[in-house]
Amino acid sequence: MLDFATPPDHPVLSPMTLCIRHGDRICLLGPSGTGKTTLLNRLAGLETGQPRPALRIGYLFQEHRLLPWRTLHDNLRLVGVRSDQVSSLLAQVGLDGYGEHFPDQLSLGMARRAALARCLAVRPELLLLDEPFASLDPHRAAELQALIRELLDRTPRMAMICVTHEVRDAAALANRVWYLTGRPARLEHDEAVDDHPDAVAGLARRLEALGRGAAADAALAGGAPV
Amino acid sequence: MKASPLAYWVVLPLLVVFWWLMAWQLDTSLLPSPLAVLHTLQHEAASGELQRHLAITLQRVAISFTLAMALGALVGIAMGRLPLVNALLDPLLVLLLNLPALVLIILLYVWFGLVEAAAILAVVINKIPNVAVTLREGARSLDPRLEQMARVYAFSPGQRLLHVWVPQLFPYLMAATRGGLALIWKIVLVVELLGRSDGVGFQLHLAFQVFDVAGLLAYSLAFIAIVQLIELVILQPLERRASRWRRSGAQHA
Repeated sequence: MLDFATPPDHPVLSPMTLCIRHGDRICLLGPSGTGKTTLLNRLAGLETGQPRPALRIGYLFQEHRLLPWRTLHDNLRLVGVRSDQVSSLLAQVGLDGYGEHFPDQLSLGMARRAALARCLAVRPELLLLDEPFASLDPHRAAELQALIRELLDRTPRMAMICVTHEVRDAAALANRVWYLTGRPARLEHDEAVDDHPDAVAGLARRLEALGRGAAADAALAGGAPV
Repeated sequence: MKASPLAYWVVLPLLVVFWWLMAWQLDTSLLPSPLAVLHTLQHEAASGELQRHLAITLQRVAISFTLAMALGALVGIAMGRLPLVNALLDPLLVLLLNLPALVLIILLYVWFGLVEAAAILAVVINKIPNVAVTLREGARSLDPRLEQMARVYAFSPGQRLLHVWVPQLFPYLMAATRGGLALIWKIVLVVELLGRSDGVGFQLHLAFQVFDVAGLLAYSLAFIAIVQLIELVILQPLERRASRWRRSGAQHA
């Protein structure tokens, strides 16, 4: 669906070629500051000089990035939702009846769900989630995770890339794991994840090994250890 | 912070009382009493002269304000967003900011004659740099995160301007408007005094020639009242409406 390559002289990302297929559920893990958000921005065509991407993208940023001076209704209208579809879209993310609220009247979790509704409004072929569970209490995080899983089940052809720190999130959402590490950041792959506790522990061990390997490589190459 | 309205109700009457006492003590036509000024005001209004000159001056203020805001905002935003434009225009901006308004007015009258276009142009050129500086600041403070959002969701240029930029620039536009009105109407009076044969500035000129202080104060007060009315009736309601989302507060936090 999307073949993607980073340019050779990128300051943060080392040259890499990625292939994203329809229905891929990818979790992108790695230490903070390695360029996970940079990679998402690159995929979304947001870096300077990048052309507009050829496919429809929904991007859930770390902050909600709704227009604070427009109501949820108007925010959704601006990305092309018809007026009579706004309330059903809000209902999908559990915000039924909040159309006339301004984003800053909502809690963090609600604003994030409103932003998720905006992602879905564009019927994305590729959904980018940047730390969707950050700063939420465990209960809200679990709720949002269930909501995202439900949305993924309903749109089997949509590809998703989700940045997270939690191996458990990766296990719950993904069927592929990318691990970004080093400086400039390199990408390690891992396949096939499922939600079983043993599998999660196994994935955590494999990721740790990937991290160690990458750090050792970096040290050998004279780069700073990660 | 905005001063409490109570202060106005205390300080302004005190000022009037002080003025009245002074006028009464000095007993000279060079400082007429408030009542005498009011009388002149009434007389001018009855003859229709006051309205005529106020209307002409207001029209000049409106035209030059609109032009200065539009051009100044355009230049300022371009300078804030495009480093090349900023590099090219910045020296010009510094020059114009430091050029006395009077010099510009005289030059334009000398070059183009005592015509309406020269008068308006002088006011506009005087005001553009202030608007541009304010809006340049605003354009620089535009949130890059919302720019990214607008790009991902493919906002049209019009949508970006209306829904992403204007709300962020609104406080700067208001600041430029306030400063603009205050500055422009003063410059308009000077322009009228130097080279027009109607308007409040021209009337002040006549009053000056015969030392008619009552007429001077009458016209000034009438114009100050109108500028305050613009603030109360147009600017403040506009600001309240536009900052609705800000005051709504976090209900579910």
